[in-house]
Amino acid sequence: MTLAIDVANATVHYGSLLALDKASIQLERGSVCGLVGMNGSGKSTLFKTIMGLVKPDTGSVLVNGTNPLQARKSGAIGYVPQNEAVDWDFPISVREVVMTGRYGHMGFTRRPRKADHEAVEQALARVELTEQTSRQIGQLSGGQKKRAFVARCIAQEANIMLLDEPFAGVDKRSEATITKLLREVADQGGSILISTHDLHALPNLADQAILLMRKVLMQGDPQLVLQPENLAMAFGLDPMNRGEDA
Amino acid sequence: MNLIELLTEPLGYTFMVRALAVTVIAAILCAVLSCWLVLIGWSLMGDAVSHAVLPGVVLAYIVGAPFALGALVFGFLAVALIGAVRDTSRLKEDAAIGIVFTTLFSFGLVLISVTPSHLDLNHIIFGNLLGVSAADLWQVIILGAVTFLILILKRKDFTLYAFDSTHAHALGMNPRIIGAVLLGLLAMTSVVALQAVGVILVVAMLIIPGASAYLLTNSFGKMLVIAPALAALAGIIGVYVSYYLDASTGGMVVLSQGAIFVLIYLFSPRQGLVAHRFAVRRRRKNLQHAG
Repeated sequence: MTLAIDVANATVHYGSLLALDKASIQLERGSVCGLVGMNGSGKSTLFKTIMGLVKPDTGSVLVNGTNPLQARKSGAIGYVPQNEAVDWDFPISVREVVMTGRYGHMGFTRRPRKADHEAVEQALARVELTEQTSRQIGQLSGGQKKRAFVARCIAQEANIMLLDEPFAGVDKRSEATITKLLREVADQGGSILISTHDLHALPNLADQAILLMRKVLMQGDPQLVLQPENLAMAFGLDPMNRGEDA
Repeated sequence: MNLIELLTEPLGYTFMVRALAVTVIAAILCAVLSCWLVLIGWSLMGDAVSHAVLPGVVLAYIVGAPFALGALVFGFLAVALIGAVRDTSRLKEDAAIGIVFTTLFSFGLVLISVTPSHLDLNHIIFGNLLGVSAADLWQVIILGAVTFLILILKRKDFTLYAFDSTHAHALGMNPRIIGAVLLGLLAMTSVVALQAVGVILVVAMLIIPGASAYLLTNSFGKMLVIAPALAALAGIIGVYVSYYLDASTGGMVVLSQGAIFVLIYLFSPRQGLVAHRFAVRRRRKNLQHAG
């Protein structure tokens, strides 16, 4: 069976700055993988490499066994941006945001058909946002905002989901909803890569965890990867003992 | 004189009918485009491109090519140069924009001054609404229609590009191409609007309507209707007022747009300054009552 994501020995430089150092990760189908590391450890760069926004100097990237461009064109890659990357004042409703997930299924002018409307309504129902569909996106709570973007991935029918800090600024209820939903998606064969600071939530959610510090320090069972001595390698100390991690 | 006569009298003159037609077409086109420019944060880019097309238009005139072609070439040249200066020096984008467009604009001014032609500098800089020929009108109609059609047919892609270009990329689209098409349409629109209000005031028509509509609604679809409606209204008011006051037509058109913006800025139900003040005062009163 082909891997959902197969990054082999990827090295990325920004100018003279080394952002990724011979990083290799494998993501199997139907699994959830947590990406853990400090700010600047290369999490965002790894995402960009998988999406084809950044071309690695060396190494290779395969998504669904093909190159990232082919994978994108087939609608396989869904993306949930981190909070800072979104213009929350943009005049767009929750339903319209989710509908943009369907654009790959539509024609030249992106006119939605019945199947598109149905997919959007179903996705909104699954993230429990049926009451808020007409709200402007910025009028949602932190957790609802994240759920709206998860709904976009679901409407897109992406079988690979990349989530950048999905639990930042999210209330407990939304975190539980998102966790349950991602587990469902994975159980139906979807593959999910999550970058997160929320180490406590990881063992419940993820089948695997990756410890990143420009290079992959470790990939394996979350319980094992999150052992204090391993975290110390990535963070210099054990963030789980500090209560709030920075 | 009653109201009907007031409105119909200017229409007895062909030049007034043409002026109105060009104003309304340019206003609507600029207004539609302005919705994206305001949201992407390209207002200054609109300023830059609308100025930078000048040498292109003059060169096209000299070699007998379509104005739109010259405008397109120099519009893209300006954007490319701005990007180059920004990315290859320590200067920030605003400085890069300022350097590139003023230099290109000056190049246009110099070209006009050394070219024996009927091109009147005043007309290019301040517009020449009252001197629109039949040929000018046709050029505005055709260019305007083509640009408008592309904007409307591909509006969802432009909006996605403005809102979340990373998602557009994730869907296998090419955000760079979408951005380039939008800039090309900006250059075409500049040519159309140049005819109406001149190079200097084009930027007003490329920013004010979208900004006004943005203060009125939370729906991009509604912005795309409100902005051109306001701009067309302001255009018609401007042309009529300038007729009766014998004032600069292009100036009056933009002044009307500015006046409408001020009203919206003050009195918009949700975003307006007055509504905000009232909300603050109400909150304070409630607090006092509670305390």
